Amino acid sequence: MCGVFFFLLVFPWFGLDIGGTLVKLVYFEPKDITAEEEEEEVENLKSIRKYLTSNVAYGSTGIRDVHLELKDLTLCGRKGNLHFIRFPTHDMPAFIQMGSEKHFSSLHTTLCATGGGAYKFEQDFRTVGDLQLCKLDELDCLIKGVLYIDSVGFNGDSECYYFENPTDSEKCQKLPFNLENPYPLLLVNIGSGVSILAVYSKDNYKRVTGTSFGNMMSKEKRESVSKEDLARATLITITNNIGSIARMCALNENINRVVFVGNFLRINTISMRLLAYALDYWSKGQLKALFLEHEGYFGAVGAFLELLNSA
Amino acid sequence: MAERGGRGTSSGGDSSLDKSITLPPDEIFRNLENAKCFAIDIGGSLTKLAYYSTVQHKVARVRSFDHSGKSQEKDHHSNMPSPYEIQFQRDHSCDVHFIKFENTYIKPGVVPTIQRPIERRKDVMTCLIKGCNFVLKNIPHEVFAYQKDSDTEFRFQTNHPNIFPYLLVNIGSGVSIVKVETGDKFEWIGGSSIGGGTFWGLGALLTKTKKFDELLQLASKGQHTNVDMLVKDVYGGAYQTLGLSGNLIASSFGKSATADKEFSKDDMAKSLLHMISNDIGQLACLYAKLHNLHKIYFGGFFIRGHPVTMRTITYSINFFSKGEVQALFLRHEGYLGAIGAFLKGAEQDNPNEYSWGENYAGSSGLMSPSPDLCPMQRARSGTFDMFEMDRLERPLVNLPLLKDPSTYIPDTVDLTDDAMARKYWLTCFEEALDGVVKRAMASQPDSIDAAERAEKFRQKYWNKLQTLRQQPFAYGTLTVRSLLDTREHCLNEFSFPDPYSKVKQKENGIALKCFPSVIESLDSLGWEERQFALVKGLLAGNVFDWGAKAVSEVLESEPQFGFEEAKEKLQGIENHSVASCLCEGPPHKCALIFADNSGIDIILGVFPFVRELLSRGSEVILACNSGPALNDVTYSESLIVTERIAAMDPIIQSALMEERLLLVQTGSSSPCLDLSRLDKGLALLVRERKTDLVIIEGMGRAIHTNYYAALQCESLKLAVIKNSWLADRLGGKIFSVIFKYEVPLK
Repeated sequence: MCGVFFFLLVFPWFGLDIGGTLVKLVYFEPKDITAEEEEEEVENLKSIRKYLTSNVAYGSTGIRDVHLELKDLTLCGRKGNLHFIRFPTHDMPAFIQMGSEKHFSSLHTTLCATGGGAYKFEQDFRTVGDLQLCKLDELDCLIKGVLYIDSVGFNGDSECYYFENPTDSEKCQKLPFNLENPYPLLLVNIGSGVSILAVYSKDNYKRVTGTSFGNMMSKEKRESVSKEDLARATLITITNNIGSIARMCALNENINRVVFVGNFLRINTISMRLLAYALDYWSKGQLKALFLEHEGYFGAVGAFLELLNSA
Repeated sequence: MAERGGRGTSSGGDSSLDKSITLPPDEIFRNLENAKCFAIDIGGSLTKLAYYSTVQHKVARVRSFDHSGKSQEKDHHSNMPSPYEIQFQRDHSCDVHFIKFENTYIKPGVVPTIQRPIERRKDVMTCLIKGCNFVLKNIPHEVFAYQKDSDTEFRFQTNHPNIFPYLLVNIGSGVSIVKVETGDKFEWIGGSSIGGGTFWGLGALLTKTKKFDELLQLASKGQHTNVDMLVKDVYGGAYQTLGLSGNLIASSFGKSATADKEFSKDDMAKSLLHMISNDIGQLACLYAKLHNLHKIYFGGFFIRGHPVTMRTITYSINFFSKGEVQALFLRHEGYLGAIGAFLKGAEQDNPNEYSWGENYAGSSGLMSPSPDLCPMQRARSGTFDMFEMDRLERPLVNLPLLKDPSTYIPDTVDLTDDAMARKYWLTCFEEALDGVVKRAMASQPDSIDAAERAEKFRQKYWNKLQTLRQQPFAYGTLTVRSLLDTREHCLNEFSFPDPYSKVKQKENGIALKCFPSVIESLDSLGWEERQFALVKGLLAGNVFDWGAKAVSEVLESEPQFGFEEAKEKLQGIENHSVASCLCEGPPHKCALIFADNSGIDIILGVFPFVRELLSRGSEVILACNSGPALNDVTYSESLIVTERIAAMDPIIQSALMEERLLLVQTGSSSPCLDLSRLDKGLALLVRERKTDLVIIEGMGRAIHTNYYAALQCESLKLAVIKNSWLADRLGGKIFSVIFKYEVPLK
C-alpha cells in the first residue's frame, strides 16, 4: 500500500481513540532505525520515542499495557513494535498541553484520531497544540482494527479466544479460536456505553442497536452492605444485561458468533465468563461468545492503520 | 370501621385480628357482607383483595294493570288514569370488587393467617394473562398510549375486536416478557433481572430514600444530564454519521465515574429511572421484533401510572423500534393478577359467559400517584384504589351492521381532548345536579331516608366531577356519555334506580290518550304531507327530554306544554324534503329503531312512524334500554306501551301478532348508545331479519354518540338540539333539528 513511498510517511506513527472515559493510544516504535537515521532524528522525535518506550506509566494516570505489545511487525516496509497506551479522557487537556510544550506540531505528522473526543477536542488540538486532527469514523476504525490485529496474531498466539466450561472454575479453559472466516459476526463493543454491530464483510456492516447501559460506575458506598458485594452484584447485573441484549440482537440478525470487545472486559474475567455462559445457556449452545486479547484498543489500531493508508 | 373489614379478611373471625387491621371508611369495602367468594393477594408492597358479591338493590318494576281497568289508580294531580303500575322491588345483581392498598394497613401478625392463593410462578403468570385478556375484552378504554408532550397525555384506544397477539411486559421486581397468542396460549419468552427492584434497590443505595414512590418523586424533579454522559459530552455535539442526537445518553451514570463531586439525589434517581426504563424498552423491542409483534402492554408495580415512568418507557420504545412498536399501558394494570386469580376461582360461575361493565361509582379511576396532583382524591380514599365491575346478565356484542367494528368510536366529542367542551359540560352537569337530587327525592316520597341518600348521591357525583376536572382521563376518554353514565351509576349506588319512573308513567298515560287523534289527523293527510308530518312528529316528540335543562325547565313551569307546542319550537324543519326520499324507494326489509324518551316521544313520535313503516310492508325492530336512564323508555315500559297501542290500533296489533313488529332490549342502561356493546339477542335478530335501515333517535344516541358512526346499511340519525351551547357550536339555534340520512356507498 505504501511500498516505495514509505519514506514519505514521517515518524512518529500514532493512532488515537478518544472515548467518553478513556483515551487509547497506539504507537509504532521502529526497531530498524539505522545509525544515520538515528543521527538525523530530530531531538523532539527521539525524546518522544524514548519517553514512550522506556516507561510503563506516564504521569499519574497514563499506563502502557506492556503485556499487549506486538513485537516485530512489518508495516510500510518498517519493522517495529506496536505499543498500547491508555489514560483517562479527563486528562486530555493535559495531554494536548504536553504536545504543545514538546512542539509536537514541528514534526509535521498527521494525527489520526477516532472516537467522540476526536470531534470534541479538535478545536483544542488546533488552538493549543497547533495540530490538525484527521478525524475518522469510530465504527470503521473498530472493525478495521479487529480484522488487522486478528490477522497478525498475538506474537505467535491467537488473538481470538473463547471459554470452555465457563461456569466451572476448575475446568474453565481459555482456548484459541480461529477467526479466519469471520463473517457474519456480531461485534459488541462495551465501552462507556455499548454499541452492537452486525458485520457481513470488511466494509459491509450496520449498527444494530446501542445502549447507554454499559460500564456504569458509581462512587456510592454503603456501610450495611460490603463494597465487594455491591460491586460484584452491579457487575453481574450489567454483564447479564449486555449478554441478553447481545443475544437478542444475534437472534434478530441470525448471526451465531458474537465478539465482545471494549475496555469493560479488561481484567474482567468474571464478566467474560458470565457472557460466555449466558450466551451458551440461553441459546442452547447456538451462540458462541468470543473475546479478543487487545480488548479496548481496536479503534486506536484502526485509526493508526488509516494513517498508514493515507501515505 | 375496623370490624367490618376484619370480619371479611380473617377466616376465623378471631377478634384479636380485627383490631390489627385498620380499614378506611365503609365506602371502600362496599357490599362486603354479601361477599360470595374472595381472593386475596398479599404482595411485597401491595395487598389486593377481590370479592364477588350479590348486591341487593332497588329496582323499579312496571306492571300492566288488569284489563278490566277497575283497579287503575288515578294520578292525584291530573286525575288521569295511569297506564301501568310501578313497584319498587328488591333485586339481586352481581358485581366484583377489587381493592388495592399498601401493606401499611396490615400489621405483621395478620399476614400468616391469610393464605396466599397464588404460589407458583406459572400460576402467577396464568392469573396475570387471564386478567389482562379479561380487561382488554371487557373494559372500554382500558388501553392507553402515553404522550407526555401532547395536550392529552393519555391516548385511550378503542377496544379492538381481536386483542391477540400481544406482548405483555410485566415489570415487578424483575421483568417478565410474555407473548400472548390466544385466550389460553401464552409463552414466557424472556425476562430480565433489571426491573423495579433494581430501581428501588440501587435507588435506595444512591439516595438513601427507602420508599419507592419517594424515589419516583425525586426522579421527577431530577436532571439526568448532570449524571449521565451524553453523546454531546463525548463528541462535543451530535454524532452526525450515525444520526445520534447530542442529547442522547451515551453512558448512564457515565459522568459520575470521573467527576469528583457530589451528585444530587434527584439527578441520580432520574438517571437510574432512565437507565432502567431504557433498558427494559430496548429488551422489549428486541423481543417484539423477534416475534413480529407490534403491541406491547406494560404492567407491574414499577409502572403504577407514574407519568415519569410511562414517559421514559414510551420514549425508549419509540426510539428503539423507530415507531414500529407501540408502548401501551392499562388503566387497571395493578389489578390484573387479582382479576385473573379471581376468574380462576370463580370458574363455576362462568364469568367469561357474561359481559361486564366498569362501575364508575365504585371505581376510584386512574389517578396520578403523586399526592400533589390530586390532594382531594387522596384525602378521600387514602392509599386505597378501587375497581368495581358489574356483571351484566346478558352478553354484549357488536351491532352486525357496523361498517368497521375495529375503528368504531361511539363518542362524538372527546372531552379529554377538547378543553373548552370539557369545561362547559362539567359545569353543565354541576348545575344540573340540584335538579337531579330533587328529582331523586321526589321519586321516593314514601322513603324515610330518601333525603339522606339523595344528599350522599350529590356528594359522590360532585366529587366525581371534581376529580374529572383535575384528571379528565381518570376513567378513560371523558365524554358526555361517561358523565351521564357516571351519574346513573351514582344514583344506583344510593338506591335511586329510576328517579323518573313516575314522570314516565304520567307522560305515557297522557300520550296514550292522545294517540288515536294523532293517528286520525295523520291518516287524513296526503302521502307527501303525511311523510313530512311523520318526521316532524318524530322530531317534536324528541323535544320531551328531561335530561336537557332547557326542556325540563319548560316542562316544570308550563304543564300544558304538549306535542303541538313542541312542533312550534322546532327550528329548521321547513326544508326537510329528505323525509320523503327515505320513504320513496321500495320498502325496506326491516328497520331497527333505537328509541329515546318515554311519553310523547315514543308514543306520538315513534309509533306513528313505525306504523307507517309497517303499512309499507317493512318489519320493525324497536330497541329500548334494558335498564332505566333519565326518562328514556325502558324495554319493560315499551312492552306495556305497545300492548296498549295495539289495543287501539289494528295495524300495530296485527304486526305484533305476526311478529313483524318486534320489541327488544339494547343491553344498555345509558342515555347514550354504544353500538359495540349491544344485547346479543338484538344482534341475532338484526341478522335474522336482514335489517337494512337503522334509525337512531335523540341527542344522547345520535349526537353525543354515533353522529359519525358508519353503518353498512341506510341509516337515519335524528334529534333535536336542546342545548344552546351545543347548538351554537354546531352553528344553529336551540331546538334546531338534526336529520342525518346516510346511504352507504356501494
